Amino acid sequence: MTNELDIFVGNTTLIDEDVYRLWLDGYSVNDAVGLRVRSGILEQTGATAGVLQSDTMDHYRTFHMLERLLHTPPKLLHQLVFQIPPSRQALLIERYYAFDEAFVREVLGKKLSKGTKKDLDDISTKTGVTLKSCRRQFDNFKRVFKVVEEMRGSLAGNIQQHFLLSDRLARDYAAVVFFANNRFETGKKKLQYLTFGDLAFCAELMIQNWTPGAVDSQVDDMDVDLDKEFLQDLKELKVLVADKDLLDLHKSLVCTALRGKLSVFPEMEANFKNLSRGLVNIASKLTHTKDVRDLFVDLVEKFIEPCRSDRWPLNDVRLFLNQYSASVHSLDGFRHQALWDRYMVTLRSCLLRMYHD
Amino acid sequence: MPGKLKVKIVAGRHLPVMDRASDLTDAFVEVKFGNTTFKTDVYNKSLNPQWNSEWFKFEVDDEDLQDEPLQITVLDHDTYSANDAIGKVYIDIDPLLYSEAATVISGWFPIYDTIHGIRGEINVVVKVDLFNDLNRFRQSSCGVKFFCTTSIPKCYQAVIIHGFVEELVVNEDPEYQWIDRIRTPRASNEARQRLISLMSGELQRKIGLKVLEMRGNAVVGYLQCFDLEGESGLVVRAIGTACTLDKLSSTAAFLPACNSPSKEMKEIPFNEDPNPNTHSSGPSTPLKNQTYSFSPSKSYSRQSSSSDTDLSLTPKTAPYPQGPRIFLCPSSPSLSSGSPHLKKSCLLSESSLTPHHSSHISPVVLRKSVSFSEELLLAASGMGSGSAGKEGGPFKALLRQQTQSALEQREFPFFTLTAFPPGFLVHVGGVVSARSVKLLDRIHNPDEPETRDAWWAEIRQEIKSHAKALGCHAVVGYSESTSICEEVCILSASGTAAVLNPRFLQDGTVEGCLEPRLSWQPGFFSIGSEKGEVDFFPQSQDSSSLLGQEENLPAGCGFCHIPYDELNMPFPAHLTYCYSCRKQKVPDVLFTTIDLPTDATVIGKGCLIQARLCRLKKKAQAEANATAISNLLPFMEYEVHTQLMNKLKLKGMNALFGLRIQITVGENMLMGLASATGVYLTALPMPGGIQIAGKTPNDGSYEQHISHMQKKINDTIAKNKELYEINPPEIPEEIIGSPIPEPRQRSRLLRSQSESSDEVIELDLSHGKKDAFVLEIDDTDAMEDVHSLLTDVPPPSGFYSCNTEIMPGINNWTSEIQMFTSVRVSRLSNINLTNQTLNKNFNDLCENLLKSLYFKLRSMIPCCLCHVNFTVSLPEDELIQVTVTAVAITFDKHQAVQTTKTHVEKSLQRASTDNEELLQFPLELCTDSLASHPFSPAKEHLESASSNSGIPAAQRATSIDYSSFADRCNSWIELIKLKAQTIRRGSIKTTVSVEKASPLTEGHFRQRSAPACANSTVGVVKMTPLSFIPGAKITKYLGIINMFFIRETTSLREEGGVSGFLHAFIAEVFAMVRAHVAALGGNAVVSYIMKQCVFMENPNKNQAQCLINVSGDAVIFVRESELEIISAQQPVASCQPACSGGEIAT
Repeated sequence: MTNELDIFVGNTTLIDEDVYRLWLDGYSVNDAVGLRVRSGILEQTGATAGVLQSDTMDHYRTFHMLERLLHTPPKLLHQLVFQIPPSRQALLIERYYAFDEAFVREVLGKKLSKGTKKDLDDISTKTGVTLKSCRRQFDNFKRVFKVVEEMRGSLAGNIQQHFLLSDRLARDYAAVVFFANNRFETGKKKLQYLTFGDLAFCAELMIQNWTPGAVDSQVDDMDVDLDKEFLQDLKELKVLVADKDLLDLHKSLVCTALRGKLSVFPEMEANFKNLSRGLVNIASKLTHTKDVRDLFVDLVEKFIEPCRSDRWPLNDVRLFLNQYSASVHSLDGFRHQALWDRYMVTLRSCLLRMYHD
Repeated sequence: MPGKLKVKIVAGRHLPVMDRASDLTDAFVEVKFGNTTFKTDVYNKSLNPQWNSEWFKFEVDDEDLQDEPLQITVLDHDTYSANDAIGKVYIDIDPLLYSEAATVISGWFPIYDTIHGIRGEINVVVKVDLFNDLNRFRQSSCGVKFFCTTSIPKCYQAVIIHGFVEELVVNEDPEYQWIDRIRTPRASNEARQRLISLMSGELQRKIGLKVLEMRGNAVVGYLQCFDLEGESGLVVRAIGTACTLDKLSSTAAFLPACNSPSKEMKEIPFNEDPNPNTHSSGPSTPLKNQTYSFSPSKSYSRQSSSSDTDLSLTPKTAPYPQGPRIFLCPSSPSLSSGSPHLKKSCLLSESSLTPHHSSHISPVVLRKSVSFSEELLLAASGMGSGSAGKEGGPFKALLRQQTQSALEQREFPFFTLTAFPPGFLVHVGGVVSARSVKLLDRIHNPDEPETRDAWWAEIRQEIKSHAKALGCHAVVGYSESTSICEEVCILSASGTAAVLNPRFLQDGTVEGCLEPRLSWQPGFFSIGSEKGEVDFFPQSQDSSSLLGQEENLPAGCGFCHIPYDELNMPFPAHLTYCYSCRKQKVPDVLFTTIDLPTDATVIGKGCLIQARLCRLKKKAQAEANATAISNLLPFMEYEVHTQLMNKLKLKGMNALFGLRIQITVGENMLMGLASATGVYLTALPMPGGIQIAGKTPNDGSYEQHISHMQKKINDTIAKNKELYEINPPEIPEEIIGSPIPEPRQRSRLLRSQSESSDEVIELDLSHGKKDAFVLEIDDTDAMEDVHSLLTDVPPPSGFYSCNTEIMPGINNWTSEIQMFTSVRVSRLSNINLTNQTLNKNFNDLCENLLKSLYFKLRSMIPCCLCHVNFTVSLPEDELIQVTVTAVAITFDKHQAVQTTKTHVEKSLQRASTDNEELLQFPLELCTDSLASHPFSPAKEHLESASSNSGIPAAQRATSIDYSSFADRCNSWIELIKLKAQTIRRGSIKTTVSVEKASPLTEGHFRQRSAPACANSTVGVVKMTPLSFIPGAKITKYLGIINMFFIRETTSLREEGGVSGFLHAFIAEVFAMVRAHVAALGGNAVVSYIMKQCVFMENPNKNQAQCLINVSGDAVIFVRESELEIISAQQPVASCQPACSGGEIAT
């Protein structure tokens, strides 16, 4: 005797958080049943494996039906088919759009295209996240990207409005969209130590300061692209390293201020010009798309790695960067103070965040 | 031209993409009513069109208004080819046709397509301007209210309950009409949906006309069913109970205190007798002729032509399979009521008691006579005449006679209600049922559905005669059903034979009784103190006993008393003196189809009891098939009944409520499924255990096996008693009296061990002391039976289940409810199908289904599954489909633990709820329990408190001791005294506990409701098969919801297989019901029922089809906590008008 059909429909849709997690994690019904059995639920409730199987199937079917609505969360709120309490709706959405750290690091900055989707197999093997879950997360990225890509207004705000995500998650998605749009390279081996949190932090600062939206809140794509004019202007900073007098003056100002305050003062003094050149060159090259993509690689290569090899403590890096950007204001011959600040305030925070093992 | 229907199409949303090229839709709407169609403009290129149309106006007859549904079709405009239909909405405008219900239908309706399901939503506003029609010969019945609820709806009071109304209409089934398949499935499905919608409208109108003829204004317990007879057509039939209902108006509600005593009146129907003179005329009234003496020969011999015979059956008689009709009464003997024997015994017992009563009572009377003028005079005059005791019998007869004549005017004295106003139900005889196997033939003339009418008339006649045989003049909890397979159809009807109080049945009576009711109030009103109430109690008790009215005995047991003559029983049964009042005879078990009466006292909790049975049958054609089925039916009934009885004993309980036996016919088998809620009624004797007897006692190992089994059974009984908290007090045998000697009748499976008074001495405390059931194990079959008895697993701790409205023994519901439907279809492996394997499979299927439900709802623990409704169908050869609909309700565990308290509290709560319903008593229990308490519920509470096991256990024990050496009369007086004491205590206790309860639950509500209202755009609509919503008060009934849907797919695999398909469809049906309720301005559906769920599949063709029919009552409810807030704000708390809910819902 086999059950050909076995369903349970509640007036209020039953959502089992544990099963939802298993479903999101991409486990098949049988795997999910196995995992649930191992969780000891049978002993707790006195149920049989058959009951568990039927229950899991039911939940999976419900989730499958809900998935279509979860693709456009406002629909979930307005639909009439599933009566779900608002708190549960929020939970469903939030969990559905949540992503794995391991997965996001793999696709961050990659083009959200079919090509990348084909690589999901490898990503799945590499990260241990099931292929199904990878697909869901990838599709979420792509869907959010498509919706907000050409929208006016704050990126995170748009995401929150159209996908009803929590503040935190919406900002993470903003970072994902920003990285995908600008195709920042994050996969290089030397960048592997950076967490998604680090990169999302940088993205948020860049969105705040380096996009057209930072100066004008009424432009299209205001938060997604970098401000072209700003990048163009950054070339002006080149004078800081190209003009030898200016460079020397800058160095002496920094050294005077920091003397006795840094544990790595000699190393700093010796490396100042290299470091300064690195930072300024990164800025001046940002007009090229290729260099924009390599921004994080460059930051690590040109600044973080040299400091790290000299074993600068984080605090010394902070003191140095503060002084380094502040001293420019005392350079009389330098006329691009505002530009410098727009560039350096963001960069300084990014570098400090990225400076760890 | 009495009506103008106005429709406005506002907007659409979430429409499907109809134009692949643009990913958009050019939608417009057709609005059709009758033969008139209007169209909106095309709203180009949008999935969220804003039509904002003008008002489309239809000028129509009210007859059409009742029959026709409003059809709204959403289409995609296509310049070059035909417009594509997106989907449809059918709106039943009936709720707009009576003034008290909804005034406007406005809201988002899911757009439904029979192939694609729900495709977006449409916002519609519908209004009706109705002109008064003075034409007396009109065909419409606008204004008659319909309720699915099988009790008097809350916020109404029943002025008169007129009785049974039925009607059926037939038509060709479009699906079979177009067998040539020229039409698309969509066209055929839509034609069917529309046709059924039309037919139900017509049916409702016709029933309404009958109600108007009876001078009623409402139909309660309206049950409408479809018979899909295939080629022979489509039958839509309905039954209901016609009533005259009065809305409890807010002005009346303003005077709770004054009105509450009228409830008291209802409990003592006697006093409401329209004509006080009957007292004097009583004795001279000759006994009513024995119109319904039982004649076994009649029912046995009634063999009509083909396969149409009768059978009377109890477990104690051997089955005489003679035909398909079965008359079933669980050891409850059937007898005539007014027999002289009974009268005599009645008189004797009365007269022996009366003197003591009067001596005891008279001081009270004197003391209180100032305030209780009329009632006391009445009672006093009864006593004064000196022959009080003798008056009893004739008076009873008079009452009977009156009721009877009231009922006999009717063709069928049937009531579809399952719960009744207090005092309505006097006695319950037992379950009566009738079945008939019919061969379907083509309905030649749809306008004259005579054959179907005749079939049902026949069955109803049968039921009526069965009821008469049980000494009852009415049938309550009545229902009808069919099971169809190919051209064979089983028609079934069942109900509970009962004796009713005439007061609600006749115009004259009611009008008359209104008078004393009013004049009575001052008397009651002046008794402000609790003391007064207590003092009053014995008086009222006395007056009733004086008048020889067993109806007026402790409310908790009256209905258990046998309505038939104990000396003239055709069936052997144990009769004992009632364990509550010890005056009247009661049967040892009681089976009924109704809900547990609110005033019944029970011990412990109830539980769901099911009997499941399969019988293989040879495939046959037509006549032969019908005969085969007819031959099987009696055996099935018998075994189902045996199973029920055994399981009941195993649970240590003595009564079944809500019994529903379903016999389903399939190609090669018959299935029987009986569900009921078992309880332990205080008034009935303690059930005996089950004894196993081996056939070959010499065999040692066999003996051992038997004793092992016996031990297992005893253990189970003990365990169950503990589980359901059944711990009745010990009652000495003298009080109970000796049972009626019983002719021993051997049957293969069981016989009841006769009990004589000397046997009683050896007490077996493990499982009761009396008549044990004997299971003789003489073959493997019987072995199976015993095994299957023991395989039923009790629900996990924290879970209870019942199939009645309320769970006996639990009353402290919290507000969380979850209604659900679960469907399972199982395929039987074809090899070696035997009855045993079949039974086991079926049993497993049901048990596993229940287990799954418990598991799924585990987060709600502690909770109770209420109104568990199983339906079995056999869609194909090897397929069994089981559909369950029920509601899980959470309750407060901490209060439930204190059983004694809850018992009292329960009756209190119920009583005051009743007050509220019936007595225009608007305040909720919490706010006003103190105020209401002193007056109205007095007697009832007192009764329940005293007869209840918990509190008086010790006291009863003393009274019992007393009785063992004093004479019985003295002990009786003692008992009354004790009761009085208990009452006082009980009521104080209750008040406290109720007070405690309210803030708790209130806090709970607030907690829950807070997040629910946060930023949700879709209003929550609750659904429940019950007639009430826990923790809330229904303020308005908006009309009946009766919907029929067909869904078909040709891409079954793509939609997730059969499970995916049906899951989605049921979810959609729920959604459409909720949307309609919300559009009416409601926030809940009560008495929801899924009447049909017909599922067919053809996996090879990747196709499936399903038909679902649901109904219920749309209502507005207000949370008690919210009510409290409102009432706190208003100084005059009782001014909470029923209509205030309107704002809340919008």
